[in-house]
Amino acid sequence: MCRIGAIKSQHYIHLSATLKLMRSQQKGYDNSGFAIVAQDLGGIFEKYKNFPILSLAGNNKAVEITEKYTQSLGFSKVFQYKMEVNNNEKLNIEPLENYIFIAYEYPKNYENSTKEQKENLLLDTRLKLRELLSENDDGYVYSFYENVISLKEIGSPVDIGKYFNLFGDKVDIKAKILTVQCRQNTNYDIVRYAAHPFFLSGYTTLTNGENTFYEKNKLALKPLYKGYIGFESDSQCFLYTLHYAHKILKWPIEYYKHILTPLSWDEMQAREDKEVLTRIRMSMANFEINGPNATIGVLPDGTMINVMDSKKLRPVVVAKDKDIAIITSEITGVNELLPNRDINKDIYTNERETIVIDNNLNIKRIKQ
Amino acid sequence: MKFNVNTISQDALPWIIEYDSSKCMLCGKCCAVCSFQAIKVDVQKRKKIQAISNENGFSIDSDQKAIPVIKQVIDEKHFCRGCGMCTKVCPNGAIKARRNKTEIFGTRYRAKTAQSVKRGGRNNLHCEKRTLDKIKVGRISQMTDPSLDALRHTFDIRTNLGRILSPDKLNFSVCENELKINGNMPVNTSIYPVIISDMSIGALSPRMWEAIAIAVAYLNEVKGIPIRMCTGEGGIPDRLLKSRYLKYMILQIASGHFGWNRIVNALEYMKEDPAGILIKIGQGAKPGDGGLLMAQKNVRLIQEIRGVPHADLLSPPNHQGLYSIEESVQKMFLSMNCAFKFRVPVAIKVAASSTSVSVYNNLLRDPYNIVGGFFIDGMEGATGAAHEISLNHTGHPIVSKLRDCYLSAVKQGRQGQIPIFAGGGIGMNGNLAADTFKMLCLGANGVIIGKLILQIAGCVGNDYGKCNACNTGCCPVGITTQNPKLTQRLDIDTVAQNIANYIIASDIELKKLLAPVGNSSLPIGRSDALISVDKNVADRLNIQYAC
Ligand code: SF4
Ligand code: SF4
Ligand code: SF4
Repeated sequence: MCRIGAIKSQHYIHLSATLKLMRSQQKGYDNSGFAIVAQDLGGIFEKYKNFPILSLAGNNKAVEITEKYTQSLGFSKVFQYKMEVNNNEKLNIEPLENYIFIAYEYPKNYENSTKEQKENLLLDTRLKLRELLSENDDGYVYSFYENVISLKEIGSPVDIGKYFNLFGDKVDIKAKILTVQCRQNTNYDIVRYAAHPFFLSGYTTLTNGENTFYEKNKLALKPLYKGYIGFESDSQCFLYTLHYAHKILKWPIEYYKHILTPLSWDEMQAREDKEVLTRIRMSMANFEINGPNATIGVLPDGTMINVMDSKKLRPVVVAKDKDIAIITSEITGVNELLPNRDINKDIYTNERETIVIDNNLNIKRIKQ
Repeated sequence: MKFNVNTISQDALPWIIEYDSSKCMLCGKCCAVCSFQAIKVDVQKRKKIQAISNENGFSIDSDQKAIPVIKQVIDEKHFCRGCGMCTKVCPNGAIKARRNKTEIFGTRYRAKTAQSVKRGGRNNLHCEKRTLDKIKVGRISQMTDPSLDALRHTFDIRTNLGRILSPDKLNFSVCENELKINGNMPVNTSIYPVIISDMSIGALSPRMWEAIAIAVAYLNEVKGIPIRMCTGEGGIPDRLLKSRYLKYMILQIASGHFGWNRIVNALEYMKEDPAGILIKIGQGAKPGDGGLLMAQKNVRLIQEIRGVPHADLLSPPNHQGLYSIEESVQKMFLSMNCAFKFRVPVAIKVAASSTSVSVYNNLLRDPYNIVGGFFIDGMEGATGAAHEISLNHTGHPIVSKLRDCYLSAVKQGRQGQIPIFAGGGIGMNGNLAADTFKMLCLGANGVIIGKLILQIAGCVGNDYGKCNACNTGCCPVGITTQNPKLTQRLDIDTVAQNIANYIIASDIELKKLLAPVGNSSLPIGRSDALISVDKNVADRLNIQYAC
């Protein structure tokens, strides 16, 4: 099983906060991996907010392929940060040769392009790179987007933290939004791409649970958009459905819940908006989930959300103090980071609501 | 001795009566009950020789007498169907029918009558284990995705009938953070995933038909199980057309258009819309054949409902004027949609065939979005009357056909857009829930059942040649007959109750399958939940093989 967590802060916080959040939840996972997506970056990346950053892990050949390909498209490197690693101790990790974040300037011919066009270019580039690097298993590109980095590895989270020197402030990477997940071992295979948080064009999700309608979801999602690929984990469906509903269909975020866990037919009939809900349920039957799942999502504007399965078969808690809001699997994690908060205000998201945390950390509970 | 060896003999009949005159008390019940007049009272000459002792020792006495017996009728019309009614009524266990394993009867019948053999029921080639029985629900939720509790969790067992739009085609707009409906969209209804299939009044006795209608109304109104029934070709009584129960009925239009005058005339008086319209193109038990109602079943009431004279009613194999799928969409679907002002889903029923996928694809691509359901009927489907040659030698099994249609829709990203209802032998092994669950996982939105309902109602026919005389008008249990004496045998209330009970039991069993796979709504297309213990089946259906 995995444990998930998300931190949304008013000020920049260090990556190590993710380790602090997850360490005490250790009983809930199996030490098979650790993955972070950091958004709204500070520290060394603060100066590069408007440059897309590629998160790459792989061997030297992967770096070479990446440089060649990005250059061929007209991207020019403005900044590169290679994670310094700690090779001294004997650690439970399966490291690759390089972990690099590269900030680029857009190709010249994109100077006057719209945001959409640029997003499209970044996605196409990432997908092509993924393909090139997969050919001989040289490396992995987890994200290529402005103001976002991703780091994922197989092994024990604490050891991975030590390996990347994340304890202490040796690495000056900070962010206002941090999402983290411990465990790499999916039910299918141990693959780096299977580790959430998953990221696509500004959207991030991480999910604790088991998507029993994975097959239906996958078949329905795959042809809808070029970015819906991989499906190494059944949790990827949550990201793609979010992206599809919010970005492509442009539906308000409340409807995400109606798609994932629609009300029963009988409940729907009692509602004023039954026509709309019925249409959604019927047209999106293949997007429904029907297992135990807690999902956390981040939208492109920084809004953080949380929804549960319709029977609430997974744990989650939402808590905040004046500067930081947290959504995570277990309360112990929150206690580590926010020991002085008012615990009476903690929220245990129920099976029929959507939690929405805006950029001022106001928490809205939207009843389905 | 001269005798005619060319007449039919008892050992050529499909069933042979075994009668023990020593047990018979000549009550006559067996002859009275046999609706086929396959047995009669006869007289046999007996010679009795007796040794009687006397003072001289003994003497021989011979006595000739005639004794009444029960005798099997031996001809091509009144042959025994093995229905077992005689055995059922015999107080002394003196009579029973035995299946004759030789298959010569069909040959003799054709040679004598120059007629094709006709009968009802299913094809009698049921010799192999069914495909559905080789499939198991193999993915059980444990640990990380807990199984549900079939008794305590709530389950949402609903599917839909009507055209489904892809999400990006939904006519929505966002207004103050809410989705609003902008304009018209195809009609859609939520129903139970089992439809009682199209058996007409005519094929069925009015009492049988009424029992189904009562069960359906009860299940809907009392038990909250929104099951629908299809009327079959030939219309329904006026009273029902104008009643509120119409909303549970799918009206069928078949190539004979029987009964539609009455339906059209009743339109303005209808209190409720029907649950749907089903355009019947073909039927699994006898693909390529139109409906067949023999004159002996076309009695006054049926003539009235259908608006026809007393004669054999043969629906043509085709709808006149429909020469292509496009045409059928434009003419038939549009006129049916218009008649009910686009408030009622219009679906189509075809016999499963090698070409079903192309038909389904064409319907899926229909730009008007007016095809509301695709009913495919496989060769194990039953019929009230058919030529035996069609029953036994034409058709296509349903399981792979359903799967092909579903996967072809998946390929186009259109799965679920025209709901598929699959039939043909569903519930044949007695377990509707298991068959339904498996068909749903393979991609069906629901199933259609027919013969199973008759069996619940007391049909004694089976797939090994028993009875199957639904075409004769002599149904021994009052199901497929219009003979008032025979229909009286069927107790409407008991049959209605039994049908309702069976569906309620199946609903419980369906939950017992949903619970272990961890689903509270229908796993339509969730083929990962299935495994097959037969490699060929697994490969053909694209599911996991297990051994
Ligand atoms: S088995 Fe049926 S058809 Fe045959 S004699 Fe008995 S009652 Fe008649
Ligand atoms: S029902 Fe039995 S006892 Fe009565 S006449 Fe027939 S065989 Fe004889
Ligand atoms: S009992 Fe009636 S319905 Fe059943 S097979 Fe015989 S004739 Fe047909």
